[in-house]
Amino acid sequence: MDVALFISILTITIRAGTSLLYATIGEILTERSGILNLGVEGMMIMGAVSAFAAAFHTGSVWVGVITAITVGGMLALIHAFLTITLRADQVVSGLALTIFGSGLASFLGQRLGPGGQPLVGQVGPRFEKITLPLLSEIPLFGDAMFRQDILVYGMYLLVPLTWFILYKTRPGLHLRAVGESPHTADAMGLNVSGLRYFYTILGGMLVGLGGAHLSLAYTPGWTENLTSGRGWIAIALVIFATWDPARAVVGALLFGGVNAVQFRLQAAGTTIPAAFLNMLPYAFTIIVLVLITWWEAFRKRVGAPAALGIPYMREEAV
Amino acid sequence: MPFALRLEKRLEESQLTAFLVPVGSLLLALAFGAVLLQAVGADPWRTYTAMLEGAFGTPAQWIEGDFYALTETLVKATPLMLCGLAVSIAFRMLFWNIGAEGQLVMGGFAAGAVALWLPDMAPWLPRWVFLPLMALAGIAAGAAWGILPGLLKAYVRVNEIITTLMLNYIAILWLQHLYYGPWKDPKGFGFPGTAQFATFTWLPRLFGRVHLGLVFAILAAIFIWLVLSRTRWGYEIRLIGENPVAARYAGIDIARNIILVMFLSGGLAGLAGMAEVAGISHRLQHGLAVGYGFTAIIVAWLARLNPWGVVVVAFLLAALLVGGDQIQITMGLPAAMALVLQGAILFCMLGGNILTRYRLRIVRRLPAEVVQVAQEG
Repeated sequence: MDVALFISILTITIRAGTSLLYATIGEILTERSGILNLGVEGMMIMGAVSAFAAAFHTGSVWVGVITAITVGGMLALIHAFLTITLRADQVVSGLALTIFGSGLASFLGQRLGPGGQPLVGQVGPRFEKITLPLLSEIPLFGDAMFRQDILVYGMYLLVPLTWFILYKTRPGLHLRAVGESPHTADAMGLNVSGLRYFYTILGGMLVGLGGAHLSLAYTPGWTENLTSGRGWIAIALVIFATWDPARAVVGALLFGGVNAVQFRLQAAGTTIPAAFLNMLPYAFTIIVLVLITWWEAFRKRVGAPAALGIPYMREEAV
Repeated sequence: MPFALRLEKRLEESQLTAFLVPVGSLLLALAFGAVLLQAVGADPWRTYTAMLEGAFGTPAQWIEGDFYALTETLVKATPLMLCGLAVSIAFRMLFWNIGAEGQLVMGGFAAGAVALWLPDMAPWLPRWVFLPLMALAGIAAGAAWGILPGLLKAYVRVNEIITTLMLNYIAILWLQHLYYGPWKDPKGFGFPGTAQFATFTWLPRLFGRVHLGLVFAILAAIFIWLVLSRTRWGYEIRLIGENPVAARYAGIDIARNIILVMFLSGGLAGLAGMAEVAGISHRLQHGLAVGYGFTAIIVAWLARLNPWGVVVVAFLLAALLVGGDQIQITMGLPAAMALVLQGAILFCMLGGNILTRYRLRIVRRLPAEVVQVAQEG
């Protein structure tokens, strides 16, 4: 494979993987606390539409980013209130969040343009690529890794930071405790509900940020169904990563790579019909999920936090 | 905060709240929608009136014998009922089938394939066999699309939420490929869609655009109700859903049940797809996958997985969808308003549901020192 092709594929891989990775890291944090939030797709698409709308009207991508984070966090708060305080079924609440978010994003996308017009087709501000001096000179990888937008660089920092906090610090230990054994965590004096609220909202914020990367950097602008299942792929990636932020990187690169190959093939004028290329990420998700589930079962490992999806009631015994 | 919310378990489910919660949820959702409409500069009262009249018609129209609005609501209620039943039977045993949309599309695809190609391949077949064949093809294709994640769940324990959902995208892209590509009507002026089916493959209409699919849906509801309440199989499904551990100890073959239930679930959604293409569009084209499979999740849950409840709730949510279309046509407001309201109703129901089982108490939080003293003492 020639060098230029490799660099081009790696560049698209990283760009495509970034929004996925933000969403995956967010969902890992949420699920680690014991809350399953299937609303990722809904929060992500709301993040995307609100980020673009805010950036479009203010002219500032950063206002867009902050809006997306806020919106993601607020939607996650609904889920947190329903599932933690009111102990509603987490699966149904998450699905409701996805349906609600997708509907609201579609509604807003048709009304938030200039003068109440649709946002579709509008051109707004976007994150430009920033070339990092020295680092971008690294042979082979420098060009692909360090000629990216700033949200990609944010990701480079976020992943090791999350990993470090999760496995090497006291707050990370507390997070894992409430997800594995909330009764023990409660006995230790931890505020189980409070921590679950915190990480559900934090997770929603990161998912919203992933949506912002889509509409402000990856494919700038707003189109109906912009996320096209990326939120669900992120949930699959959480399982793939066995709830470990470091392994999530591998997953996001794999899926970004599928996107990149799809992109390159289309650009090269392949005879494979576009529909089949577009199926790749979804088919790939199923195959990867089957393999990883089979492999983890074979190794007799349980990756999921033990209390995932189970509401916590102090009064009710384990 | 000096006050905190506390939940206390009720000894028995409250009948009054069981009635008040759905009503309150609807009102709260409408209130939220009103705020949203106001925010984008639309008149909530006029919008809701337009939705209501769009879905049910006006008394003046009824007197003139014009039931167009109501029949359109029944047209949309038909696939919602079938998919709602499909989803609810799977949810009964805690199999989260989010794939009714894809199963519906595959059912429509298979029925369409029969209608498009079989008359030419086998012209000697009597005409009356085509509709039953299309129904069988639709059921089989939907069931196959449902069994695949069922098998993966039963034997490899792969998360079915993800697999059923991913299969939706694959089915939709597959159908798009066909009517944009190889199956496109050469005489269709470039319009994406297949040629129209021969008229003898059309489902008979009952009134307005309401077709025989509505009868399928009612029969399916009776069938599901009989299975769940009168058969051993139904008992096993309910037991697995209520207590999987006990079910396993009772010697129930869970893997076998997952596959059977997904056959039934996918088959019903596939039948919905068949009814849509044979009863409404009479061709394969854009507009088959419009989210019935997702709305069906809300239908199933609001109906508390009860087959008769599904029939009623499907009708009500269909009215919401038709009302949404109506405000798009007459007021230029996004039809997605209906989806927003659906989601909001579901949220409120989810939150309100707890009130039937628990009493919500606002309690005064004691200052930390007092608690400490009490604990030490």
